[in-house]
Amino acid sequence: MSGAGGGDRQRGRYEGEVAREHYLNAAYGIRTWLLTTDHKRIALLYLISITLFFFLGGLFAVLIRLELLTPPGDLVQSETYNRLFTMHGLIMIFFFLVPSIPAVFGNFLLPLMIGARDLAFPRLNLASWYVFTVGGLFTLGAVVGGGVDTGWTFYTPYSSTYANSAVILTALGVFITGFSSIMTGINFIVTVHKMRAPGLTWFRLPLFVWAQYATSLIIVLGTPVLAISITLVAVERLFRIGIFDPALGGDPILFQHLFWFYSHPAVYIMVLPAMGVMSEVIACFARKRVFGYAFVAASSLAIAVLGFLVWGHHMFVSGQSLYAGMIFSVLSMLVAIPSAVKVFNWTATLYGGSISLATPMLYALGFIGLFTMGGLTGLFLATLAVDVHVHDTYFVVAHFHYIMVGGAVMGYLAAMHFWWPKMTGRLYPELWGKVSAVILFVGFNLTFFPQFVLGYLGMPRRYHFYPPEFQVLNVLSTAGASILGLGYLIPMVYLIWSLRYGQRAGPDPWRAKGLEWTVPSPPPVHNFEATPRVTEEAYDYAAVLPPAPLPEEGR
Amino acid sequence: MGEGFPLLPESASTFAAELNLLFGYLTAVSLLFAGLIFTLVVAFAIRFRRRSEGDRPQPREGDLRLEALWTLIPLAIALSFFGWGADLFFRMKSPPADPLEIYVVGKQWMWKVQHQEGPREINELHVPLGQPVKLTMTSEDVIHSFYVPAFRVKQDVLPGRYTTLWFEATRTGEFHLFCAEYCGTEHSLMGGRVVVMSPVDYQIWLGGGRSGESLAEAGARLYDRLGCNSCHDAGPTARGPLLEGLYGSEVALAGGGTAIADEAYLRESIVEPGARVTAGYDEIMPTYAGQISEEGLLQIIAHIRSLGGALSLPGPGEPGGAQPSLRSEPGGGQ
Repeated sequence: MSGAGGGDRQRGRYEGEVAREHYLNAAYGIRTWLLTTDHKRIALLYLISITLFFFLGGLFAVLIRLELLTPPGDLVQSETYNRLFTMHGLIMIFFFLVPSIPAVFGNFLLPLMIGARDLAFPRLNLASWYVFTVGGLFTLGAVVGGGVDTGWTFYTPYSSTYANSAVILTALGVFITGFSSIMTGINFIVTVHKMRAPGLTWFRLPLFVWAQYATSLIIVLGTPVLAISITLVAVERLFRIGIFDPALGGDPILFQHLFWFYSHPAVYIMVLPAMGVMSEVIACFARKRVFGYAFVAASSLAIAVLGFLVWGHHMFVSGQSLYAGMIFSVLSMLVAIPSAVKVFNWTATLYGGSISLATPMLYALGFIGLFTMGGLTGLFLATLAVDVHVHDTYFVVAHFHYIMVGGAVMGYLAAMHFWWPKMTGRLYPELWGKVSAVILFVGFNLTFFPQFVLGYLGMPRRYHFYPPEFQVLNVLSTAGASILGLGYLIPMVYLIWSLRYGQRAGPDPWRAKGLEWTVPSPPPVHNFEATPRVTEEAYDYAAVLPPAPLPEEGR
Repeated sequence: MGEGFPLLPESASTFAAELNLLFGYLTAVSLLFAGLIFTLVVAFAIRFRRRSEGDRPQPREGDLRLEALWTLIPLAIALSFFGWGADLFFRMKSPPADPLEIYVVGKQWMWKVQHQEGPREINELHVPLGQPVKLTMTSEDVIHSFYVPAFRVKQDVLPGRYTTLWFEATRTGEFHLFCAEYCGTEHSLMGGRVVVMSPVDYQIWLGGGRSGESLAEAGARLYDRLGCNSCHDAGPTARGPLLEGLYGSEVALAGGGTAIADEAYLRESIVEPGARVTAGYDEIMPTYAGQISEEGLLQIIAHIRSLGGALSLPGPGEPGGAQPSLRSEPGGGQ
């Protein structure tokens, strides 16, 4: 990573850009996309797929919020409403959030960040997209073929015995998609271990790579358990073999243990990559090395490990023993600490920096605020007696949306804006970027903050009809959702617009550090002309700046 | 627009005030932390804004003392959340001696309530003010969850086993009863109201709703109809163990070990008699699974209880679910 090269490339960027061959123009035609093994193209295939799923899941959310404008269930039938929230959850979690940052930005950036030509297993990478697509088609088939009404949690014995909807088809879709996660996870782990450029030691890795690595560990260890649990549901449903249904001699709580053993760590699968994005964006726009690099890196691993030991906090009122509840409560308190450490370190990174509030940074600061709220309310839920009251209410709905939308989606959009110039070679319109970041932040809070209050007041989640005293807060939430929806549509429009009309970006529009910024935008097919040799720490922002003899106040 | 715009739920049980206080403590600490982070982020973003491309950021890379500080302080605070929350939770799970016992059966999509004195209700629960009430609950089909926000209590209701919940109402009035665990199409309509009455009114209500026979009497009738007495009431040469004085006693099991004859054990012995056979008896009892409804099972258990027994009520430490498994000593726990 040579600091001196950046300036030369920037000066020469406009002449060379048009004719230069890169991964987008190296070959044309649908075949060259569907058969590509280039990690950058596969990232774009994922980007297109998950964007479609995001808007489908969003459509279901719109219908849910419209229904909840009034206390009686008057827009759709209860059967339909139950399918809407089930499919909203399933699609957003398994087909958007879990793949989002790893499969799009991890795929695109991991080789670039570590100085490699591709991931360790390029064909496995392409296969993972096909597996994802097949899983998605099964799930879409289930949506079309009547939908599924079990909730995304598939609780037994409702899912295994009582539900009259396309449970098997949906379960199959989720099962298949899990394998695409596993493939990506294995690929990332091997790539990080074996393909780092010379000189790129573990503690010189960008924190985004650390986060992807920790995420991949969770995926590889956790996803098989999800596959097992939903297979068992299908076995009980198809063959009436008693596993979870007490009428057949099974134990319904067993399902919850198995399900949450994956699905709690899955929360970290969704949010850890976003935390990795935060470290990159905050370092770049504060022009500083991330404060406490080693602590931020280690906290990702601590989250990955502790995250596997807290699943029982979803089951405090399930009939699990009192003492199990206490142990899971105290462990859940512990898992909050590494997240807090990250937030403090990011905040400390800002101190003494040279801060630019460009769009990615606005999303990053928004992330800090919303994730802090989500994390703190997680402590409420880990507190046993409080959880008794707010468990399965809108408090939980608000909490996990602060983590998954306020955290993971804000991180995803920060990444989208930060690396869009690298991926496409074009800049998005900065003013529109800032406007929509602010709209999203306002819309998000208006949508989900009232739900904390609703939850403490006692409104249960997954309620089609609700008592009239909850209406005001529900109307506020729906109003917020319409602002939020606008906040998602605007970037969609200007990002597509920028593909053709955006300013050319050059290799490093942000003057960011990191190997991905040393190659042209869009990167060439093989990423690096020669394998880079790394001689400096990550985020060595002091090195890119000219010496400044004057104190900053004087400028 | 309904009944106004409340920001705090109604408080009508002995747990509610302390839970509000605990929730307030968590909220205050959260506001403090979130406020601190927001203030610092905004202050730094303004104070250290980029004034020119040539700005030199201060090269601060980390500080071990700061890391220790912001690891240990949040840890201590989180553990205080745990301590208070666990203490209150423990009390929520420990019914006092001699509560009023009521049986609840959930099914898609209604709550069926049986009082010991006989009255039965659907989607309503009448309880007296100022007296501890313990609900023993089960489900006929899927998992439900019995939730009364005004009491701050919630407990999942499972098929195939009993879970319990207790509260003591502190205000007369009507309060929401919700099913909090998604249970299918009409989940959001599976609810009703809890009516808290003065003890006198409650006695009058019990008298008015009396169907002529108590729960134990209904159980005795069922017991006779099913012919249980042919094995269990025939003296020392009987093929089945004597039921007088059984409830709450310690039963020696065939093959070693003991069990406390609580609701869970009695239910298991009826629907799955071979699971834990009393020592000295053969495994000859047929299963009654599917022949007796959950309500009927509770009636028979009420009948067996009425035959006397040693049980002091389960002490603290009894799990929310009285899982038919490990023996639990009063005051001990699993």
